[in-house]
Parts: sequence; C-alpha cells; structure tokens
Amino acid sequence: MTTTTMTHDEAHHHDAPTGWRRWLFSTNHKDIGTLYLLFALTMMFLGGASAMLIRMELFQPGIQLLDPDLYNNLVTNHALIMIFGAVMPAAAGLANWMIPMMIGAPDMALPRLNNLSFWILPAAATMLLLSFVVPFFPGGGTQINTGWTLYPPLSVQVGMSMDFLIFAIHLLGISSVLASINIIVTLLNMRAPGMNLMKMPMFCWTWLVTAFLLILVVPVLAGGVTMLLFDRHFGTSFFDAAGGGDPVLFQHLFWFFGHPEVYVLLLPSIGVLSHVIPTFSRKPLFGYNSMVGAMLAVATIGMVVWAHHQYTVGMSLGAVTYFMIGTILISIPVGLMIFNFIATMWRGSMTFETPMLFAVAIVLMFTFGGLSGVMLAVVPADMQYHDSMFVVAHFHYVLMPGAVFGLFAGVFYWLPKWTGHMYDERLGKIFFWTNVIGFNITFFPQHFLGLAGMPRRIVDYNVMFTEFNVLSSIGAMIFGLSHLLLLYIVIKTIRGGQKAKSRSWEGATGLEWELSSPPPFHSWTVAPQIK
Amino acid sequence: MAADNQGNKKRTTLLLGGLVALMFGFGFAMVPLYDLLCQVTGTQSIAIRAGMGKGPAVTGEIDKSRLITIKFDATVNPNLPWDFGPEIRTMKVHPGEIYAVNFVASNRSNSSVTGQAIPSVAPWQATPYFSKLECFCFTRQTLKGNERTDMPLRFMVSPDLPAEIRSLTLSYSFMRLKPGQEAENETQTLPAIAAIN
Ligand code: HEM
Ligand SMILES: [Cu+2]
Repeated sequence: MTTTTMTHDEAHHHDAPTGWRRWLFSTNHKDIGTLYLLFALTMMFLGGASAMLIRMELFQPGIQLLDPDLYNNLVTNHALIMIFGAVMPAAAGLANWMIPMMIGAPDMALPRLNNLSFWILPAAATMLLLSFVVPFFPGGGTQINTGWTLYPPLSVQVGMSMDFLIFAIHLLGISSVLASINIIVTLLNMRAPGMNLMKMPMFCWTWLVTAFLLILVVPVLAGGVTMLLFDRHFGTSFFDAAGGGDPVLFQHLFWFFGHPEVYVLLLPSIGVLSHVIPTFSRKPLFGYNSMVGAMLAVATIGMVVWAHHQYTVGMSLGAVTYFMIGTILISIPVGLMIFNFIATMWRGSMTFETPMLFAVAIVLMFTFGGLSGVMLAVVPADMQYHDSMFVVAHFHYVLMPGAVFGLFAGVFYWLPKWTGHMYDERLGKIFFWTNVIGFNITFFPQHFLGLAGMPRRIVDYNVMFTEFNVLSSIGAMIFGLSHLLLLYIVIKTIRGGQKAKSRSWEGATGLEWELSSPPPFHSWTVAPQIK
Repeated sequence: MAADNQGNKKRTTLLLGGLVALMFGFGFAMVPLYDLLCQVTGTQSIAIRAGMGKGPAVTGEIDKSRLITIKFDATVNPNLPWDFGPEIRTMKVHPGEIYAVNFVASNRSNSSVTGQAIPSVAPWQATPYFSKLECFCFTRQTLKGNERTDMPLRFMVSPDLPAEIRSLTLSYSFMRLKPGQEAENETQTLPAIAAIN
C-alpha cells in the first residue's frame, strides 16, 4: 500500500536518545511497548516463584515450609503480581506495540503520558515488594494474610505492610487509568483516513472496550482502598459495623471493580485470537460485527453482576436471583465469541504454528472454565463451592487460557514483526506442549479437591486430599519450569534467527504487516489510505 | 490533519479524565447510597422480609429436650484502651430458660473513658430468637482510670429457635465514644480517636 513512506525513517532518528536514556525518557510506542513486556515477563517470574512456594507447601498435608500467615501473604502476592504486574502490563505492551501500527498512526496520541504510565509501574512494584518484606523486620507488623480481595475487618487489623500495599494499588491504578486514557484517545483520533470504527482491527476494538472498563472500575477500587486506609488510620468507620459502617460495603466496592477486571484480563487476548485464528485458518474472521456486539454486551452486563462473588453474605432472595440470572446471561455473548472462532476455523486451510496451537487450546480450555463458571453462578450450588479449590480451578481455567495463553499467542505471533527474526518453531511447540500439559495436571485435580470440600487459602489440609494435591504440585513444577523455555526462546529470537518478511505469516492481513520487520522508528509517518 | 486532530485529542483526554473523577466520586457516593438501597429494598434483610423480626414472647415454657451451645466472643476496637471479655467462653442452655453471664471490663489507661458495646448474633438467622433481658450494651459505659468492673448479661433463647440451629455465637464489639457523645459528667478533653495497629 504505502511502502514508500518508510524509507526516510532514519531522518527522525537524530533526536532519539541512546543508552539508558533511550528507555527512561522514551516516548516511542515501540520502546514503551518493549518496556511493558519486559516488566511483565519479570513480574511473571516473581509471581510464579510465589506460586511454586505455595504448591511446595501443599505438596503434603501439614505445615512444612511456610507459616500460615506467610502462606497467605504469598497467596495475596501471587494474585496481585500476576494480575496487576504480569497480565495487565503484558496486554498494555501488546497495545503499545500494535495499536499505532494497526491503525496507521505514527505513534500513540499522548507519548509523554505513555512514558509516565509505564514508569509508575516499577515504583508500584517496589511498594508491593516492600509490603512483603517489611514484616520480616522487627516492628514491621504482621503479614498480609487477607488474600488479594483485602476484605475488612482482617485488612484493617494487618500491620503497616497493608499501607504499603494500598499505596501500591493506588499507583497501579493510576498507571492503568493513564494508559487507558491514552489508548482511547489514540483509537478515537488517530485512525488512518477511511478506517471507520467498524473497520478497526479486532485487537483495537477489544482494547477500546478494555480501556473503558478500566476507566469505569479502577477509580472505584481506588476509592475502596482509600476508605480502608481511612478506617485504619483516621478513625473512620466505613467498614466497621460497630461504628455504623458495613464490611460488606467493601466487598461490593471491590467486586464492582473485580468482576469487570476479569474481562479486562480476558478481552485483549480475545483480540489477539481474532487475528491469530484467521491468519492460520487462512480465512477472514467469521462474524466481525457480531464479535464487536458480543464484546460490548459482555462488557455492559459484566458491569452489573459483581455480587456473584458474594452469594454467601446473606443478600435477599431477590438480589441473589438477579445476580444469578445476570451472570448466566453473560455466557450467551461469551459463547457467541467462541462459536465465531470455531466458525472461522471451519473448513479453513489450517496450519498449527505455535500461536495457533495456543489459540486452539484456548478455545477448548477457556470454554471449559466458562462451564465451571456457570456452575458457580448457580446460587444453591455456589453455597457449597464458594471459597473452595473449585473456585481456584475455575478461575485458573478461564484466566490461564483466556488471558495468559492469549498473550503467549500474541507474543509468538508478533515476535517476528518486533524483532525481525522468526522464533524457533520447534522450541515453540515444545514450550506449548509442556506448558499446556503442565497446566492441566496442575489445575484439573483442583476441581475434584474443591468438590470434595478442600477450602482455598488454607496452608494445611486433610490427609484425604493428599493424592490430588501431590499431582497438582507435580504439574505445577512442570508448568512453572516450562516458562524458562519461553524466556530462552524470546532471548534467542531477539538475538538472531531466520529473517522475517514484512508479512511474516503467509495468511496474515492488516496494516501492521505492511511495515517492515522490524518496523521503522515512527510507524506510519504518512497515513495509509483505507479503501 | 495535525491541527484539528490536536484539539480533538485534548477534548477526548479531558472527557476521559472527567469520567475517572466521576467514578472515583461514585465509589464514595456508594457509602450513603448503599445504606439507602438496603433500607428501601431490604436487600440484606431476609430476616425482615420473612417476618422473623417479631421477637419471641417470654412464655415461661422451657424446652428441656434441646440444649443450645452459646459461644461468647468479645472484641475491643483499638481506639478503646480496655480489656474486655466474658467470664466463661461457652454455655449450654435450654430454650425458654433465663441465664446470666458476666463480662469483665478493665480500663488500661489512667483517665476515665466511655465506650459502647455493639452486639451481634451469628448465624444471623438466629438474631430474632436471642433476647437480652438485661445488658450492658443497652447503655454507654464509663470506666474511671484503671477501674475494673463486672458487666452482667441476662438472656434467653426462644423455644421458637429453628431446630437446625444448635449453636450460636454472641459477639460484642466495644467502641470508644467520641467526646461529644460521652456522658454529661465527663469534662476532660479526650485525645483524638486514632486507631493503633
Ligand atoms: C461464563 C462466564 C463466567 C461465569 C458464569 C463465572 C462465574 C463465576 C462465579 C459465580 C464466581 C464466584 C465463585 C465463588 O467465589 O464462589 C467466579 C469467580 C471467579 N471468576 Fe468467573 N465466571 C465466568 C468467567 C470468568 C472469566 C472469563 C474470568 C477471567 C478471565 C473469570 C475469573 C474469575 C475469578 C478470578 C474468580 C475468583 C475471584 C476470587 O474469589 O478470588 N471468570 N466466576
Ligand atoms: Cu465475577
């Protein structure tokens, strides 16, 4: 289309700083995207390390390695690091890299804000780590034993580590709100002439919706933890029943954020799938319009079903019925997306490169997680399943395929574009199989554990649960270690490999494949014309 | 393209910033709205809707066939410098009979402090069937510096208590009262309420 426009990109290089200044002061969407991705990778290993410790402790009944409070602190950290440190920044990294290239823009709309929203993250991560470290010092107070949901009254009683954590959450929230504003402004104002909203690539659509969700719910979480801080230090009683408040109010504020948050984690990966599956099926995406509609429906209904996490707090029958029906309704648009993916593959000439393998695995395993979600949505059933390992199994089956595998697929799919090198396909496939098999060995048994009555967030368990826990821990070792291979593949691809063509995959369509691999410093200096 | 686009970007950014501020405010607006919603719709009060709030009558008949375990639980808010707890932790009672139990409170500080105990019953379904005939929680309590005192409770469990409830917990949470809410004879100013962790 416009290959002539990227010959003079070197002309723009002259003012670009080099060395560490290139990264610290960067306003370039690709550099910031890279920073986001590297940060996410680091956090993934940190969060993974805490998960390994958890599974080592649960390898046998009894208390071997970790104090109960330390165990629960690791559970808290694992969730927060993975959600806020790994998945969300990785998705933001993909957005930074791909959105300008996909819509024919030179860069993001607000490049300095972009720099800020990334560099808040390391500060936030430091705060989060301090919250973990502080209790090890004399006078450091108690450990954060609440789980990532931070329910009072327990979270009011925790020592000063909780204040570090609240501050970390504020910073993380600011970062993601700023990034969201930037993404929306970019998508609404910087599209190439002729690209109306209904011609926008799916990945951009998913991020548009994700960013709106973040803007609507993150401030509410920020408000909630601010009230928590006030209850802890300024004598207020927002959540203290004895002072006229209500601890359940915190749960409402938290889940008003928390449920839409699961779509924040899910949707960018759905966006990636909407590119990967058509590419490797060599067919256009089936039902683009219905995909957009389904996504909007999921986001809208998803805003008003939060209390399915609180069935057991004693709401009225009317309220739980409403939340139950709303929750089950969501599975209809979610199902529609899945059917669109299947229909895209139907009679396509499919090949199974690593991104596609992940895509197929997602369609299978995410659907399974959705099914256990519908079980949990049923009030009388959830009275038994709530706070058991069954819930843990459910959300890992939706989050791991739904969010993390989607990000893996995106990384493998776009690595050739970013680095200019093809990754090692054989290693990619080995990674896929160890990862997916390890994942299933880890989390499938947890369904049975939960149904048999093993509670979550408890350091010890009844001996009757031993076998499945041993299995789960072994799976976790395979799963965890497999990520070292990912690290190796990524480093290897950055350093060299077979040269990637502009259109790295034969079936790939979209503006990003018109640019060279790796792309020029400013993506589209002259906007392409969309027919 | 660049010029008018710049204006658009600014407008979108400001609008979105406004939305963020609005949602932050919405979180705080939930505090009064939530109370209101609960009152209007009775969202959290299955008990009221099911007409369970009438409370039992003291009929004098005692159900000797059942023994209910009562557990006593006590919490002191960190803003109150008191020690407080029941003399005995658990009791087995017959529905319909009146029992008494003592709680002991002592003031660790040197100055006189006023507090108020807030009771709650778990499971909450048992609340209407647990009646307190005499309770230190009916009024505010003032302890002089280093004073120690017994706080009596007389209670009865109604024979109408649903059969599936065999054990219940009575929990008290003691809060400090703000200076304005103290009894009249308190003249000295109290330090500002601050929760210590
Ligand atoms: C058909 C769709 C889904 C339904 C009906 C559903 C339903 C539920 C319900 C009812 C619970 C609460 C269980 C309990 O605590 O007792 C739950 C928990 C959870 N779900 Fe889903 N879910 C669905 C999809 C998803 C998706 C797509 C994600 C994320 C990508 C997700 C992530 C989670 C998480 C993280 C939790 C646990 C939160 C916690 O307690 O820490 N779910 N789900
Ligand atoms: Cu939810």
